Amino acid sequence: MCSGRVDLKHVLRAFSKGMDGVFIGGCHYNECNYITNGNYHALNMVLLAKRLLEHIGLNPERLTMRVMSGAEANLYADHVNSFIKTIKGLGPLGQSEGLDKEELAESLARVTKLVPYIKIMKNEKLGTFLMNEDDYEGLFTRDEIDKLFNEMISYYIDPVKCQACMTCARRCPEGAIISAKGQVHIIDQDKCIRCGSCMAGCPPRFGAIRKLEGGEPVPPPPPEGERAVVRKAKAQ
Amino acid sequence: MDSIVGEAGDFKVKLIKNPKYINEEKCTGCTVCVEYCPVKYPDEFNQDISMNKAIHIFFPQAIPLVAYIDESCLYLKENKCRICEGVCKNNAIDLKQLPEIKEINVGAVILAPGFEPYDPKLRAEYHYGDFVNVITSMDFERLLSSTGPYSGEILRASDKKHPHKLAWIQCVGSRQVTEGGHSYCSAVCCTYAQKHVILTKDHDVDAECTIFHNDIRSYGKDFERFYERTVRLPGVRFIRSYTSIVGEDPVTKNVTIRYSTPDNGVKEEEFDMVVLSIGLSPPTGVREMAKKFGIELTAHDYCKLNPANPMETNRRGIFVSGAFQGPIDIPESVFSASGAGSQIGELLNRRRGNLSTERVYPEEQDVSEEEPRVGVFVCHCGANISRVVSIGATVEYCKTLPNVVHAQEQLFSCATNSAKEITDTIKEKGLNRVVVAACSPRTLEPLFRDTVREAGINQYYYEMANIREHDSWVHSREKEEATKKAWDIIRMSVARACNLEPLQEFDLPVNKAALVVGGGIAGMVCSLSIANQGHEVYLVEKDMALGGIARRISHTLEGMDVQVYLRDITEKIYKHPLIHVYTGATITEATGYIGNFVTTVRSNRGIAEIKHGAAILAIGADLYTPTEYLYGEDERVMTHLELDEEIKRSSEKIANAESVVMIQCVGCRNEDRNYCSRICCSESVKNALKLKEMNPERDVYILFRDIRTYGLKEDYYREAASKNIRFIRYEPEDPPVVEPGESDEGKPVLKVTVTDPVLLKKIELDADILALAAAVIPSEAIKEVAALFKVVLSPDGFFKEAHVKLRPVEFGTDGVYLCGAAHYPKFIQETINQAYGAAGRVLTLLSHDIVVASGAVCEIDEKKCMGCGACAAVCTYGALSLNDTRLGKKAVINPVLCKGDGLCNAKCPTGAISLKHFTDDEIMSEIDALVGGL
Repeated sequence: MCSGRVDLKHVLRAFSKGMDGVFIGGCHYNECNYITNGNYHALNMVLLAKRLLEHIGLNPERLTMRVMSGAEANLYADHVNSFIKTIKGLGPLGQSEGLDKEELAESLARVTKLVPYIKIMKNEKLGTFLMNEDDYEGLFTRDEIDKLFNEMISYYIDPVKCQACMTCARRCPEGAIISAKGQVHIIDQDKCIRCGSCMAGCPPRFGAIRKLEGGEPVPPPPPEGERAVVRKAKAQ
Repeated sequence: MDSIVGEAGDFKVKLIKNPKYINEEKCTGCTVCVEYCPVKYPDEFNQDISMNKAIHIFFPQAIPLVAYIDESCLYLKENKCRICEGVCKNNAIDLKQLPEIKEINVGAVILAPGFEPYDPKLRAEYHYGDFVNVITSMDFERLLSSTGPYSGEILRASDKKHPHKLAWIQCVGSRQVTEGGHSYCSAVCCTYAQKHVILTKDHDVDAECTIFHNDIRSYGKDFERFYERTVRLPGVRFIRSYTSIVGEDPVTKNVTIRYSTPDNGVKEEEFDMVVLSIGLSPPTGVREMAKKFGIELTAHDYCKLNPANPMETNRRGIFVSGAFQGPIDIPESVFSASGAGSQIGELLNRRRGNLSTERVYPEEQDVSEEEPRVGVFVCHCGANISRVVSIGATVEYCKTLPNVVHAQEQLFSCATNSAKEITDTIKEKGLNRVVVAACSPRTLEPLFRDTVREAGINQYYYEMANIREHDSWVHSREKEEATKKAWDIIRMSVARACNLEPLQEFDLPVNKAALVVGGGIAGMVCSLSIANQGHEVYLVEKDMALGGIARRISHTLEGMDVQVYLRDITEKIYKHPLIHVYTGATITEATGYIGNFVTTVRSNRGIAEIKHGAAILAIGADLYTPTEYLYGEDERVMTHLELDEEIKRSSEKIANAESVVMIQCVGCRNEDRNYCSRICCSESVKNALKLKEMNPERDVYILFRDIRTYGLKEDYYREAASKNIRFIRYEPEDPPVVEPGESDEGKPVLKVTVTDPVLLKKIELDADILALAAAVIPSEAIKEVAALFKVVLSPDGFFKEAHVKLRPVEFGTDGVYLCGAAHYPKFIQETINQAYGAAGRVLTLLSHDIVVASGAVCEIDEKKCMGCGACAAVCTYGALSLNDTRLGKKAVINPVLCKGDGLCNAKCPTGAISLKHFTDDEIMSEIDALVGGL
């Protein structure tokens, strides 16, 4: 496996479990023994994760990525020692940041749950190759991340238009659509990763799924018992 | 080597093996003996700068990684000590060993004795060994190394302080016709000195580095960019000057160098350290060796080569590779090594596989439904681990871990008997997962996987915990903490082991045929070597005839008649029953993967669908069409290749030319093409010599930036200078100016104006012919071919090999190979080296019936795939694609192309794609286990 395999989920898992710092070691840039150059991808992930940490009030210094070759044991030791010094200075997770333990756990759980959404929204930037260290800071900005969370997109099935054809449910990668025969389908907003597969799959003649942008609240689903489909009159 | 008798295919060689006083079978390379040995002795590998012991491992990456005892041993000298015998836990020391005489029967021999670094003591003026801070580049190389005398610190011998102001002196022992020097250029020193400067600046950003040089010979692939990177570093000076070392400060031991520049005249300057960029000498004892093997040497004492086959000696069955061919760098050595291998393959093909035996493993049991039963084996590694980590306590700790049903210690888990013990224990205790807590998986994971396989367990149920490199070696002074850390590491491994899944490796059948794209010298040589080893070859050429650019070249600089050679090799190609030639051909489609490609070729033979196991891309290069210096406007202006053709024809134009001017570096070493075309300096020297030979009275001028007649070609440069061919250096900012004019006698000529670098004023040359050393540029078709075969290009637009040194004739795409000028401009001899090299690599594939692809590849859960394509976008191997299905787009994987890097896994939003053996569950179980036990 390559450093590019290190997943945002792994980093968040470590912090969620109470780790005070996470160090990612990769190969030197442009010295890939293959043609993968996955360390650039790892770097993007780290830059994103740092902003996410900031978003929930954690010090981004708690996460670092360093590059070295297999022959540079001393360099590795130097990097680790300096990182440990940083972490010791920061103290236990959340403490110097003045975060309440439970609040922090909640925030981390919230971000972890949104990893699929974050990956979808930031896919393009996560695949860039930053050749210049000066560009690191600007890849992801605080504002951008705040916006990502504050103006989250959602998908909603219009109960009037839904014909209960189950197409969306079959397409949903998360199984987040409550679907029963003859019953209006409902997106379980808690499970939904906001990928839009449902909307893409909903037959255009129904057009029952709507994308809600800018943090628009999702209307509540019709109460149980009132979910019977209103059949569209078939075109004669 | 004592003696060799016999002939190609059947040599009897008598070898004398000096005693190592170590039983190599038993030594595990743990180095406890080294620690206890009382004899300190200068470390030869570290250039005698630091001390080693009488018993030691030659260097950290030595193969085999075993110790040996040298002549400084007290027992060997005075019959006392024997401490090492006592401390070796594996009884590997054997002080009674005697020289062993071995007779072996071989079909062929490769001579790869390498070179000897030039000894600057041969010339007193360098003061090497006299001034303590004058060192050689080999000494400096060791100083830079993290396994070097000061663990990677650059320190002066005089005061063990970091030098701040360093100088490099180039061409030490090279390009010298005086006593003790070599007349040839050593070919590698310009670039290695630049590497030294870059690394020095990495160590100390403020270091002042000065390189005193003659021509800068950055002729290799990407070398020019490397040179420019070095030049642009702050505090780095390149000074073109001869130098002399004139003194040493008695107190500071600083060294004074005298040099001169056109601007400032003669100057003296003091440096903290002076590095002599020493060249390459022929290997020590080479004449005796040549005599024993019955081979001829050149005047320089390198191997005398067949110009049409630089890996061949004058004795059949004896081949040569590496720097014994002459001064060459690492990639070139690798070409020739692989190439010599291929030629031996041709010679001994009928006996291929006779010595190999098939390994049979017991049938694998399906334990996937069973509860995990983990066995942990904790290795002492002699004392390497056990003197820091408490092994007993660790074993007891392991027994407390969930799912661990067996834990034990082993002295050396890698020893044959220990591996057997693991296999037996698996069977006896019904283990279905094995963790060995020892060293880095890099070296021994394959061995232990094999051990597990021997017990009928899937090899992917094996997990390694590294408690040596990651623990005992780095925390030797914190024993208690190190023991705790070992527990953490093992706990993580056990957790991961429980989550491992059995994986199957793929056996892919190999189609035994090869497709060679390009019918120039590279493609033809490669085709012949492959076909001579019994494989069908499909040779595809876009032109109507074979030969490529070589058809336009009459002779090489060394005098080989290229046309005679071409006729000979083309005839061999057409007569070979296994080679199928397609001329006037284009490739319309290429699909498939290693061992199983299908390529569609349209040619004058119609449309053919070719099935092949390997593809070799040898599409050559093109020549730049100059837009400079009136080319295309005035018929007296031509490229050096056109001049070669005119000379070949002995045209009237040539016969009548009283003055010929050549301009080097036309169309390269500039912003558009930031590389050196490598061959043009020697080509111009060749043409100039020919022109002088035809008419010694004729004036010939070569206007150059750096003359790059590297290696043994330097002799021809010297010959040219001695024959009154005038070399005038120009700066890129002040290039020559060409305009039509009249000579003093009123003859129409081309007026070439250039600044004379010595007189610093403009001079005007009258030329009847102006020859431009036009750049070699990537073939027009290269992008198209690269896209067809899914391979990549380097920044200059030539093919990019998988690794410059480790895999120089292969692409990152498995089963696709490269050679010739499509890789980078090169001479015919170098092309032949590389073409055989590619053939050698191709044969390592085609000689097998199957290739095994790793089981640790990605898999897709189609239900979870949202069809976003994030995975396919990051896969550099083209292993992933999107298919339209009833439920929208879905990713599909070709596991054969997957290299297991897992980028796709990290990018997939839904977790639909996962990298087997490194799944989220496996990785996160380690994170959880780590935290859980803290």
